Amino acid sequence: MEIVLVGLNHRTATVEIRERVVFSPEQARRAAGELRSRGILEEILVLSTCNRSELYGVPPESASDSAAAVESFLASFHQFAPAELNGSLYRHGDRDAVRHLFRVTAGLDSMMLGEAEILGQVREAYRVALEQGATGPVLNRMFQAALEVGKRVRAETEIGTRAMSVAFAGVKLAESIFGKLRGHKALILGAGAMGEQAVEHMRDRGIERILVANRSRERGEELAKRVGGELVPWEGVAAALRLPDIIVSSIGGADPVFTRPTVERAMAERSNRALFIIDLGVPRNVPAEIGDLYSVYLYNIDDLTEIVEQNKKARENEIPRAEALIEEHVAKFEAWQGSMEATSLLNELQTKLKREREAFLRDRLEPMQHLSSADREQMARLMEELLDRVVIEPAERLRSRREFRRKLAAVEALRELFGLDREKP
Amino acid sequence: MRLPADGALTADLMTTHFGTGALGLYAISLSLYVWYLYFKKRLIGRAATLFLAGGIVLQYFALLERSRWLQSVPYEDLYGSMSLFGWLLAVTYLGLEIFHRHRSVGPFVLPFVLLLSLLASFAPAAAPAFPPAHGPLFALHVTLNILAYAAFALSFVLSVIYLLQNRLLRHHRLGTMFWQLPALEVLERMSRSSVIVGMVSLGVGMVLGFVWASRIRGQFWNADAKEIVTLVIFAAYASYVWLGRTSAWRGARASRLCVLNFIFVIFSYTVVNLFLSRYHRYF
Repeated sequence: MEIVLVGLNHRTATVEIRERVVFSPEQARRAAGELRSRGILEEILVLSTCNRSELYGVPPESASDSAAAVESFLASFHQFAPAELNGSLYRHGDRDAVRHLFRVTAGLDSMMLGEAEILGQVREAYRVALEQGATGPVLNRMFQAALEVGKRVRAETEIGTRAMSVAFAGVKLAESIFGKLRGHKALILGAGAMGEQAVEHMRDRGIERILVANRSRERGEELAKRVGGELVPWEGVAAALRLPDIIVSSIGGADPVFTRPTVERAMAERSNRALFIIDLGVPRNVPAEIGDLYSVYLYNIDDLTEIVEQNKKARENEIPRAEALIEEHVAKFEAWQGSMEATSLLNELQTKLKREREAFLRDRLEPMQHLSSADREQMARLMEELLDRVVIEPAERLRSRREFRRKLAAVEALRELFGLDREKP
Repeated sequence: MRLPADGALTADLMTTHFGTGALGLYAISLSLYVWYLYFKKRLIGRAATLFLAGGIVLQYFALLERSRWLQSVPYEDLYGSMSLFGWLLAVTYLGLEIFHRHRSVGPFVLPFVLLLSLLASFAPAAAPAFPPAHGPLFALHVTLNILAYAAFALSFVLSVIYLLQNRLLRHHRLGTMFWQLPALEVLERMSRSSVIVGMVSLGVGMVLGFVWASRIRGQFWNADAKEIVTLVIFAAYASYVWLGRTSAWRGARASRLCVLNFIFVIFSYTVVNLFLSRYHRYF
């Protein structure tokens, strides 16, 4: 096996196990160092996030059953009894390991399908390993390809586009009413976590002004400070209602926050410019009848949850397209691996030299009329011998594939030097 | 027939070549716009715009050839009128797309452009029954008025999309389609700027028409059905713009008004042209 992957994720391991197998960057460096010094792996990369811990490696030529060795190393590194991790770990080799990594960076293996954070985490893990010098030509190529796959899948499919949280779905809706949020104002009622999340999203999207109101003044002030908004006194909410284009409400308690006549008056004052109300409260903060008012768009938490459900399905529908992209890149990676093997290099080199020699003999020896055909044959033989001695024999010495692999850089150099085309992943 | 017969044939052939080319480019552009609507790839969107622009250029040459042949603006037959209408619709849309930097409406406008050009290519390219009117004043009158109709048609399409989008939003019925459409406020702004383009060109076109009439008939006002209906249309759109600035008629109501106004335009383009007007036939 050339590539080994041992790991666990949210599907195979409980959170109790996952939290014990997390590698900090420091631990990742130490683990990589130990695995190499013990001769278990030559190239190594540790990928550890809250939902997964995975060791990618390239074992040395002589190693047998490296996966088992990595597994027992993993157990002992995190102080598990040898059998304790049984059933939680998965192991993949070669093509399956490559495919697994590509699926991870594409977000297909994430708890939340298509999430983008994993791409940054893989990039960071790769950076740490690269700095330490723990990776080599195989893992370098593999992780660069994986990051490329992650980017392509997100750009060419819709796996990561639809909102997967209630707060973000609300903001997306606001955008389908107002277009860009720049130049618009929002009013936040109540200091709920979801409401605050929505405000964060709106601020990222350049909302002009954020107003904050809360029953308890202190908590309101805290919230205003956190989100960079202005505090509106609770008694002044009705009067301030003409200002915002978006209202996010998450107030506890059974009383509605405002009544239909209040909103009606505000709408008249704001010349019927559209008003979007996100009601995150349970029980609902805003009476449903307000949603019937002209130019008022009212969405409650159930409406938004339904949108999120639809979006999940839409993302799932994108899986086949993402998988197709992944297979394309797995094939490319394998082609690259194949081209890096000594045998293929030697075959190509021999073919090329043979072609060059024949062309040379044709061009240079044909015009020399004074040579007999025996002389010609003699010269051709000499030339073949010379080429063999100068180029083929040294290359022949590298024929041991495993030996050669460590010198992948050399293979690349040889290919470059002799102008032998190779697959670029 | 006072037109040179041999020149007529080549001109007609040229028109066909350019016209077919334009049709092809519009068709490609439409499919790219639809593709863009679903996958939102900027490159695809740019290509769609580029093909649209290419179609516009080719159709311009088709129209140019035709007006050289006629020695006037092509308006006197169905072919010319529809072709010019389709072309100006495409031009207005392109202008609006660039001004508002929004491409999602393309898939809804391009079918009309394509349809008009297609119909035009089937319509008989009849030679005018009587010597056509000449001169830049008249040409401008025709072109500006057709431009106004094209702009109104565009605002009609935008308003219909607005109403559709608004309906989906209010009834919380958000399918796949919903997320691809432009935002309500964007649609409203685009529709309004389209109406303003239409009103300006209709206003200037009308004045030129009156000047032309006074030259030919010695009086500005001839009480032709077309003159009356056009003034009504102008007033209707003026009220749309004015009401859109006051409280009650923003949003959906303004869009409904815009859709309603377009019925006048269609009436003017069909019934008035064919049956009521004495001096206008195809615009």
